[in-house]
Amino acid sequence: MNTNVIYMDNNATTKVAEEVFEEMKPYLTDLYGNPSSMHTFGGQVGRKVDEARDRVANVLGAEYSTEIIFTSCGTESNSTAIFSALQAYPDRKEIITTRVEHPAILSLAPYLERQGIAVVELKVDSKGMLDLNEYSHFLNENTALVSIMMANNETGVIFPVEEMARMARERGVLFHTDAVQAVGKIPINMKDSAIDMLSLSGHKLHAPKGVGALYVRRGTKFRPFLRGGHQEKNRRAGTENVASIIALGKAVELAAGRLTEENTVVREIRDRLENGILERVPRAIVNGDRENRLPNTTNISFEYVEGEGILLLLNELNIAASSGSACTSGSLEPSHVLRAMGVPFTAAHGSIRFSLSCYNTMEEADYVIENLPLIIERLRAISPYWKDGQPIMEFEPTYG
Amino acid sequence: MWEYTDKVKEYFLNPKNVGVIEDADAIGDVGSISCGDALKLMLKIDKDNQEIVDAKFQTFGCGSAIASSSALTEMIIGKTVSEAEEITNQNIADFLGGLPKEKMHCSVMGQEALEAAIADYRGIDLKHIEEEEGPLICKCFGIHEKMIEKTVMENNLKSIEEVTNYTKAGGACQTCHPAIEDIIEKVWKVKGQEAHVKEEASRAKPTMTNLQKIALITETIEKEIRPMLAQDGGDIELLDIVGNEVAVALRGQCSSCVSAAYTMENVEEKLREMVYPDIVVRLQND
Repeated sequence: MNTNVIYMDNNATTKVAEEVFEEMKPYLTDLYGNPSSMHTFGGQVGRKVDEARDRVANVLGAEYSTEIIFTSCGTESNSTAIFSALQAYPDRKEIITTRVEHPAILSLAPYLERQGIAVVELKVDSKGMLDLNEYSHFLNENTALVSIMMANNETGVIFPVEEMARMARERGVLFHTDAVQAVGKIPINMKDSAIDMLSLSGHKLHAPKGVGALYVRRGTKFRPFLRGGHQEKNRRAGTENVASIIALGKAVELAAGRLTEENTVVREIRDRLENGILERVPRAIVNGDRENRLPNTTNISFEYVEGEGILLLLNELNIAASSGSACTSGSLEPSHVLRAMGVPFTAAHGSIRFSLSCYNTMEEADYVIENLPLIIERLRAISPYWKDGQPIMEFEPTYG
Repeated sequence: MWEYTDKVKEYFLNPKNVGVIEDADAIGDVGSISCGDALKLMLKIDKDNQEIVDAKFQTFGCGSAIASSSALTEMIIGKTVSEAEEITNQNIADFLGGLPKEKMHCSVMGQEALEAAIADYRGIDLKHIEEEEGPLICKCFGIHEKMIEKTVMENNLKSIEEVTNYTKAGGACQTCHPAIEDIIEKVWKVKGQEAHVKEEASRAKPTMTNLQKIALITETIEKEIRPMLAQDGGDIELLDIVGNEVAVALRGQCSSCVSAAYTMENVEEKLREMVYPDIVVRLQND
């Protein structure tokens, strides 16, 4: 087992915080009761689940704890929101989303289209930002739901979901946001919000994998995704993943407490890493709007090299990051997010995402800054598109 | 995380023969940056004995593309041009102790570069070759018919997915999938075999004796089909077996069911799957 790692892949998953693990532990061992049971042994567990619900509601600024439904993951929360809206408004046959959503949303499109639902995917500009005029144009009385991510997992670009939710509400349309990457990184307050539903995931904020939540504003028409027992007030059947739910409660509370740290300390480390790399590596480009961006994420393209090679060489140094390259995903095309932004192929294939957490240090950033330029140099020395420190002119790409 | 062999890792981390041969006798350029990998292969060839005395490469691509390129140079140095010509993409993959199936196209790119370099050496007009590439099948990755045909033939590929793994064709917009399917079928007709794995699996079955066949049909009806029909309150009776023809009668709910024809199709399908692909089921009314 290799645990000696500089972990900069926190948008993929995070370490379970020590405090979170301590909190959940008893519910994996001694306190194994079923929260639905009549006896005290189970009932005490039920109270703890409700306490976790209160914590999540509190951190999100939800007015009522019952607005929180625990699920198994972000994907389930997203699917629940979409299918609920479609069932609740059977006469409405359109959904609006974006081209850069997570596959948890985007891969539903072909399926929904076969069911006669039109899926509108809003385009993004070269910075990864949406055109709200286009959005306004597509909003209509046939729209069952708008589902827009709060922040992009690959670039960290933050969308103006609050404004978009208000626009939807004015037109009488439900609004859902996939906030899986945003919770714990930027402030969220559902109290003064027009957002109707919000998805979050435990393992992106230092809780374990296999637990998520869906916020559903009171009064929102809702249809369950999983039917069966009466758990979660008949809105999500299935015996609760007790220990992980308790962990999630603790994790969101921790995240709320660390929000300032995330936007100061973590942001500083990210900026140092990003600037250090840009200063030392020629033909390196940051993907996504640097202003409207999560504090922990940077997505950098290194032209004329392929991302998998970079990752493998980083891996040799025990540095964990990820890439939007085709070769790392098993698909043959580079990241749909970068393509939607019109990033040229020369750059899309060589994109690397570093996503940090409060567990990263300046020293780690410096170590990457020191070593990454050598890795890029080494791969460019092998590349036929590169000679003597610059691209070979006849291969110069045109930027679209 | 790809499961790369130690040899792939070694050839990626310490690639041999990276670089440029300034006065190369042959150059093979394949791939493109938009496709995500490209390889420039340069050869130095002894004119007297046709031996490849040196080979160097430059590659833009993933770890296994770099490893495949390097492995190729190692494999061809010291060989004559005609010996090198015999090398297939599978040889390159084998040299590396195997490649993940999704990465087989890296070995194909190596083989293509070698082919292009040899054509260049022999002064064969590459444009002329392009005309013989056949129609462009995969527009996303620029893959022509002949290339797919050749890869299917040499690697015994049977599905679109395999073709994509080996050539990248069909890996993006997927509109060429029907065309790829046609190519696979065409190649397998040439090979004198059927492309369908399912039928290949059942090829071993005709060695059954009549008695075995009857026993298997009876058993399949008892254990597989009757329980299936029973769920809808129906039943089936086996009346006779003559050669590959099975005569049955439907009972219970099934006998008056409007979808009896549909039921019969299911019964036939099940028997073909479990017993013998040529079975015909005949509904006999009492």
